[in-house]
Amino acid sequence: MRKLLLASIIILVALIYTGRLAYLQLISGNRDSPLNDTAIKQVYDYPERGYIYDRNGKLLVANQPSYDVMIIPREVKPLDTVEFCSMLDISKDDFVKKYQKAYTYSPRLPSVFLPQLTKTEYAALQEKMRKYEGFYIQKRSLRHYQTSHAANIFGYIREVSEYDLRHNPEYMSGELIGKQGVEEYYEDTLKGKKGVKFIQKDRFNREIGPYKDGLYDTLPVQGKDIALTIDIDLQAYGEELMVHKRGGIVALDPKTGEILALVTAPYYDPALLVGRERSKNYTKLYYDSIAKPLYDRSLLAMYPPGSPFKALNALVALQEDVVTPHTRIMCQNGYYYNGRRLMGCHCGGGSRDLKTGVALSCNGYFANIYRRIIDKYPTSAEGMDAWEKHMRSFGLGDYLGYDLPIGKAGRIPDKERYNQMYGKGRWYSTTNVSNAIGQGEILTTPIQLANITAAIANRGYYYTPHILKSVENKPIENPKFTTRKNTTIDSENFKPVIDGMAQVYTSGTGRWFQIPDVNIAGKTGTAENFVRIDGKRAQLTDHSIFVAFAPVEDPKIAIAVFVENGYWGSRYAGPIASIMIEKYLKGEVTRKDLEKRMLESSLENEYAKPLSGKSFAINE
Amino acid sequence: MNNSVIKNIDWLTVLLYALLVFAGWVNIYSSSITERAGASVFDFSQYYGKQLTFIGLSTIFIALILAIDAKFYQRFSGIIYFISLASLAGVFIFGKNIAGQTAWYNFGFMSIQPAEFAKTATALALAGYLSDSQINVKYFRDQLKAFLIIGTPIVFILLQPDPGSAMVFTSFFLVLYREGLPSEYLLCGLGILTLFITTLIFGAIGVCITVFVLLCLYYLWRKRKKKMVSVLPFLTLMIITILVTSSVRFTFDHIFKQHHRDRINLWLQLEHDPEKLREIRRSIGYNTYQSESAISSGGFYGKGFLEGTRTKGGFVPEQHTDYIFSTVGEEWGFVGSTVVILLFCFLLLRILFLAERQKSKFSRIYGYGVAAILFSHFTINIGMVIGLLPTVGIPLPFFSYGGSGLWAFTLLLFVFIKLDANQINEWEDLKEI
Repeated sequence: MRKLLLASIIILVALIYTGRLAYLQLISGNRDSPLNDTAIKQVYDYPERGYIYDRNGKLLVANQPSYDVMIIPREVKPLDTVEFCSMLDISKDDFVKKYQKAYTYSPRLPSVFLPQLTKTEYAALQEKMRKYEGFYIQKRSLRHYQTSHAANIFGYIREVSEYDLRHNPEYMSGELIGKQGVEEYYEDTLKGKKGVKFIQKDRFNREIGPYKDGLYDTLPVQGKDIALTIDIDLQAYGEELMVHKRGGIVALDPKTGEILALVTAPYYDPALLVGRERSKNYTKLYYDSIAKPLYDRSLLAMYPPGSPFKALNALVALQEDVVTPHTRIMCQNGYYYNGRRLMGCHCGGGSRDLKTGVALSCNGYFANIYRRIIDKYPTSAEGMDAWEKHMRSFGLGDYLGYDLPIGKAGRIPDKERYNQMYGKGRWYSTTNVSNAIGQGEILTTPIQLANITAAIANRGYYYTPHILKSVENKPIENPKFTTRKNTTIDSENFKPVIDGMAQVYTSGTGRWFQIPDVNIAGKTGTAENFVRIDGKRAQLTDHSIFVAFAPVEDPKIAIAVFVENGYWGSRYAGPIASIMIEKYLKGEVTRKDLEKRMLESSLENEYAKPLSGKSFAINE
Repeated sequence: MNNSVIKNIDWLTVLLYALLVFAGWVNIYSSSITERAGASVFDFSQYYGKQLTFIGLSTIFIALILAIDAKFYQRFSGIIYFISLASLAGVFIFGKNIAGQTAWYNFGFMSIQPAEFAKTATALALAGYLSDSQINVKYFRDQLKAFLIIGTPIVFILLQPDPGSAMVFTSFFLVLYREGLPSEYLLCGLGILTLFITTLIFGAIGVCITVFVLLCLYYLWRKRKKKMVSVLPFLTLMIITILVTSSVRFTFDHIFKQHHRDRINLWLQLEHDPEKLREIRRSIGYNTYQSESAISSGGFYGKGFLEGTRTKGGFVPEQHTDYIFSTVGEEWGFVGSTVVILLFCFLLLRILFLAERQKSKFSRIYGYGVAAILFSHFTINIGMVIGLLPTVGIPLPFFSYGGSGLWAFTLLLFVFIKLDANQINEWEDLKEI
């Protein structure tokens, strides 16, 4: 027995230790990949982000190197802070604050000490930096804009946020991500793929050498260059025309659905959101809650469309066979029902057919045909269904599906809405007759207005508007943008409506801004609008709206212009649309006085009115 | 050294020794090689180069040990012991203080730790004393003398202070037990250790009550079996329990040093404050944490020779010395680590087998001493590296880097191999007569 004690203990210990080893090496621990090893550092090699061009191959967005001063707090040796601070142009307090911030993050890991030096600052620092242990300069790539326009289309890039990191595990702290505009929508295309190098570290986090001689390393894949559908000259011109005004312009190529210009006013220079001043500038833009420069009105602003909507009602009436192009309707300076005046009219009164109804924007005519559409069916609900179906086929009341990350659905009212408002069977075509003239419950965004104009220009179909023309010179093949979307209106029904819209220019509301040698079809619009001031509903000056396409015979551009508080359609929106079309078709504007007037006019005092705190007059 | 010695040597033990030394060197090479490609294994500025020298010198040692007449070790065991004690005492005068320990003689090119050699000397002295036919460890007087032989070097070593090495000496009690020491000593030692640990975990009062209840249950059981019941042992046990448990707190708080307390706190997970526990883990538990995770990362087959990322990065402190087993774990995986454990296990059992085979009492006791020393080193070292035992800094025999250690273990083992070879020799001599 005594002989066996030590031998037994030896065997017992050997068994226990083997068991412990089995637990450590076979059961616990994360051995999925040697790359999860804490002793292996991954160093990323960032590819250059893809360039952005316009439809004519003009370079819009390139890259520029930027230099961050990095710090590894633990490696910092006592230094001449006075000299160092004056070199970086920071105060001693800043230095201490930044150092402590970096130290709190990690004494061992690098963090950004001073971000985004310019090239000149970098050149001055480069040589001296070596003297200061624990500091080094890291190169990054930032956007370099070749234009001061189209900021709303580009979006911007910024460091990933906590939120991005949580929802997008492929990003790591400190990396850049596209936000808003095509930078966000085409992030995956533009970004490329980062390369990774695995590096063996020691326990002090120092690099020793490549892990397994670079067996697992990958090379970065460059981001792809993309070309946009916009014409940057037209875009810039549009933005300049809208200076001192608010609103949006959307120009489309009706044949393809390509977005030629997407203007929101006020606009800002995209270069503001690059470099050291980025966050300061962004805050400034963000907190401008009056002009809202970051709010893309061309995509987000929902306004009642006003008169341009009449063209759609005319099309629906023809399609539903409730009128012919020659049906004449009497306008009595408004629309009366049971002796009650439901709406007024500015057309001057008289007998109207479809063409003159459109050309003169006769409210009486359209109220009449709207009622005919709805009352064609046994119940108003069914009539509403038929009307709604036609409207939706133009891409209204829902997101258009274009390739930008933001948008609004707009609104096309349906029977449910009126059932809710008035109760089932308790409303009639007279209840919502304001739909006839694009007021009431209807809301559209400028890009939707442009899209219906394109559909009219095409006599019955449209392509989903899009901003991407080609990737690496390869035209897009996304069926979403290359398949034609048909409306529910037969193409022969478009002729009388287009004739009416053409007449707008020859003898109607737009006769003051015809383009020489070009046939345009268009429609003015004027929309009432209200705000709350100190809790009281107040009416502001009407919005100025215009839609147009040209040339009528072979449409090359369809445009919607929206100017907030621009009095009436032909005062601002009409001329702007007209000279935009001329600029696009001819390359220059012949009507210099009209151009000059639009460039110089300002609506700032209109915008100041509701803020003045005093009572004010409108539409004067 | 005549032919018969070479013939009679237990080559299996030598083979196990050689395998362990070789495996040790391979892992020292891996844990201390730097990125300079093409560095020679004979680069004497590096640990692996130095270790190679130590191994080479060991063979000369071995030849010397085997050449000396076996009788020498028995006859001079006492003198060797006193020389060893003198060297332990001398360290306080001539020694070098490294990291708070006065445990080393510095000879410029290398340092010698006398405590390493004191193990051999004590084993020899103990064997010499107990092999006297007049001595019987069943008697208290003889027990006392045996305890004195073991205890004197412990006192010197504790003064250095080197509690790890001192702890190794307590394994000699296993030798005494083999030679007839009443089992009460071991039970008592085990009991006190258990009381100590349980008191730290559950507190003195809880442990006393538990012991009391257990004793009562035991006596009731005896009574039902109609066996004799006496109150005296009951009372004695209870008083010992109370004395031990009540002194635990004092010993722990006042005799132990802060780093001992921290290590035990970490081991028994006594600290409940997560903030403090994290602090302890970061400082005291850092080595263990790193070695455990290096071993875990090895998996079944390991990452391969020179491919251990933690080893390369030097994440485990003292990896070439006390924590050498973590290199085995990372680079050779479960397979390699088990092989090493099995090698040690075989070597120890082989020594025990040989010891039991000895005709001479001296050889047997010495053999047992060798096994006990190697076993305690093996258990404490690997137990620490794999995180089962608290941190105690002692080397893994034959494996860890260090000339002093390697030579001391070689001496310890080969004296026994010589004794064993000679015993067969004696037997053949007898046959010739």
